[in-house]
Amino acid sequence: MSGKAYDAIVIGAGLHGLSAALHLARANLRVVIVEKHWSGRHASGASAAGVRTLNRDRGELDLSLQAMDMWHAISDLVGDDCGFHAYGQICVAESPEALSRLQARVQGLRADGYTHEEMIGPDELRHLLPELSPHCLGASIARRDGAADPHRTLRAFRAAALQAGAELVEHCGVAALERRGSDWRVAGDDGREWIAPFVVNAAGAWSARVAAMAGDVIALSTKSSMMMVSERLRPFIKPVVSIMGRSLSFKQSDQGTLVIGGGLQGVPDLDRETSAVRMRVLSKGARAASDLFPMIKNVRIVRIWAGLEAKTDDMLPVVGPSPNAPGVIHAFGFSGHGFQLVPVVGAAIADLVRHGATGRAIQNLDARRLMPPHAEEHQP
Amino acid sequence: MMREFDVVILGAGPAGMSAAIGLRKQGLTVLVVDEQPAPGGQIWRAVESVAPTAAGQLLGAEYRAGQPIAQAFRDCGAVYQPQTQVWQIEPGWHVYMTCAGKVEAVRADRVLLAMGAQERPAPFAGWTLPGVMTVGAAQILLKTSRQVPSEPVWVAGSGPLPLLYMVQLLRAGGKIAGWLDTSPAGAWRRALPYLPDVLGRWGEVSKGLGWLRELRRAGVRRVRGVRSFRALGEGRLEALEYALPDGRSVRAPAQVLLAHEGLVPSVHMTRALECDHAWNEAQACWAPVLDAWGQTSRQGVYVAGDGAGIGGAEAARARGELAAVGIALHAGKLQARQAQALSAPIQERLRGHLRLRPMLDALYPPRADVLDPSDDTIVCRCEELTAGDIRQAAKLGQPGPNQIKAFTRAGMGPCQGRQCGYTIANILAKAHNRPVAEVGLQRVRPPLKPLTLGELATFNIEDEPR
Repeated sequence: MSGKAYDAIVIGAGLHGLSAALHLARANLRVVIVEKHWSGRHASGASAAGVRTLNRDRGELDLSLQAMDMWHAISDLVGDDCGFHAYGQICVAESPEALSRLQARVQGLRADGYTHEEMIGPDELRHLLPELSPHCLGASIARRDGAADPHRTLRAFRAAALQAGAELVEHCGVAALERRGSDWRVAGDDGREWIAPFVVNAAGAWSARVAAMAGDVIALSTKSSMMMVSERLRPFIKPVVSIMGRSLSFKQSDQGTLVIGGGLQGVPDLDRETSAVRMRVLSKGARAASDLFPMIKNVRIVRIWAGLEAKTDDMLPVVGPSPNAPGVIHAFGFSGHGFQLVPVVGAAIADLVRHGATGRAIQNLDARRLMPPHAEEHQP
Repeated sequence: MMREFDVVILGAGPAGMSAAIGLRKQGLTVLVVDEQPAPGGQIWRAVESVAPTAAGQLLGAEYRAGQPIAQAFRDCGAVYQPQTQVWQIEPGWHVYMTCAGKVEAVRADRVLLAMGAQERPAPFAGWTLPGVMTVGAAQILLKTSRQVPSEPVWVAGSGPLPLLYMVQLLRAGGKIAGWLDTSPAGAWRRALPYLPDVLGRWGEVSKGLGWLRELRRAGVRRVRGVRSFRALGEGRLEALEYALPDGRSVRAPAQVLLAHEGLVPSVHMTRALECDHAWNEAQACWAPVLDAWGQTSRQGVYVAGDGAGIGGAEAARARGELAAVGIALHAGKLQARQAQALSAPIQERLRGHLRLRPMLDALYPPRADVLDPSDDTIVCRCEELTAGDIRQAAKLGQPGPNQIKAFTRAGMGPCQGRQCGYTIANILAKAHNRPVAEVGLQRVRPPLKPLTLGELATFNIEDEPR
């Protein structure tokens, strides 16, 4: 291991780490990914895999739109379509107030030149979602949005990164990150070590700990979004559906199962690396789903889980160079909506490593906004 | 208002009933929830209604022994809630359940899991064909509706249960086409080291020998040393093929095949609660790690009965009684000295009932291809994956069971790994040359029992803090 020279060490083999490694390796850089467990062990494997620009925060909207173009050509990137279907994402309004909030958002976007969201009336809504409860008044839609298959996406990014020449070390946690001249030394918890001028921090829920090793004190909390999956049903819904003002994300997978999420929170435990489901909270999601689609009331829930991922105070990720540690690049804190950004964030990181700059829209995602004043003076 | 109890017991078999009786004696409030419509568990299933009938006679004295215990349980003052499925337990302890389509959470200081055993998942090629069942499932039909297959039955496997079932089946007028005995040759050599135990518990041993004599007298054909077998047929079972110790393969027409390779503790609930478990090499299964009172590594969660380790009905009763004493002690209803005095004779009884277990484990190891099924054997029925599919996925790095699930979807279906867990672990252990104990099982996801979206949606959440 030691002795071999690398250009970059990626910490974390979730989707963002794999995407960064893929883009770096494609640029003929020597990359090793160091992963504590296995690729996709936490948030990436627990994702609902929504590919969504709809209702994106304006701070990451431009980046998300860039990512959407990449999703529409995802086979070119990873050699597999990742189960991605652009059947659209729809946000329905159950009340006149909710409808006017959606209208205000779409008008605001229009005023700034964004056309990816539109309003649709009850007729088109019924046409797109024949089983929708009649109480829904209208909706906003992003037609190029959709969803992918999370495990297939993981397999594709993993295989593509390996094929491009990235090295993947699984079952090895990072014990230390230290400066070595102009390089960084990453020490594994089994005694192995790697040296490279660049380190990508894509450690998901544990990213603040890795950032702290590099001298960056970044406020980060943990999300533990619960998801439930039903038994298989005949295909009856193609778009992904959410509700204005309620926690719900509802879709049907290619396997026919319903995948119901929307950010209802379980109980995270970072040290034990686990999270617990809270059924009383989850019942809100079951109610929201069965309000929209009354015919699913007798559908059996087959499994429920809660993932673990990093959340920032402003719900925007941290993507960009470390303020204190030259050569360290952060990519974490996706706060529940990082899946869609996977292809573009990896590309941005590869740009930063190769050119020190990127044309991808990460200008609002600098770590300094989350750091205590004067923390920049902290030296590792 | 949420109902509250000192103890919630899951399961109304020998262990759960005995624990409830013991806890009530110490003045604790008890709720017993069970999936069956009547108390008894699997071993004494429907005992109250069946024991006094002719079917009760043919099921034998061990079966009828459950009747007075069920009566004592009915009279003990525990709240008994049959036909109820528990689908989640959360710290605190909150037990979530569904009864007649109604969802409820109850709170308890302590939870006792008396969930019993399940038949060891032992897939073979063709096991999903109609006409193939487990011996345990067939015995339930015999107990609850006195159903006897009209066609001659093939029985394949080893252990006390197939013997007992064949005897019961003959007494009920059924016919046996043949018995494929999968226990390896040299049974007496394997039993020899346990001779003192055999003599010490001669009553139980002679019962088993009596079953064997009864089968011989009835002319049941026993094929010894069967190493593997497979079920064949288009759309349903038509024939079976088995391998003899000398390697020869024999094919025979078959309409009903009942298979069994021993019992393993039901650990789904204790694993969902992330209790510590240990691998039992002799029985090739996992069991929760318990203290002398049956308490798991999670304070307030106890296990009694075959869920603690396979021991049979009498051992389960003793474990239930011990757990009751331990819970009363921990709840401050008994002094340590009183608890010791109460538990000493129960411990003595338990030791007696478990004395034959090492000999039975030595006599009836699971057949070799349970650990190493052929490539065409379906392993995960929910997702229709074969042993070959799992072996293929096992080549991608050195994946564990959870990663195999992500790669292949094995274990994502309604059984949630209850059926495929052991087999996947065995295949991975062999593929990566690691001990099964190290490979482990998939993480358990809620709900632990089927739950509909409508049921979950009706749940009262008003007092949930945001």
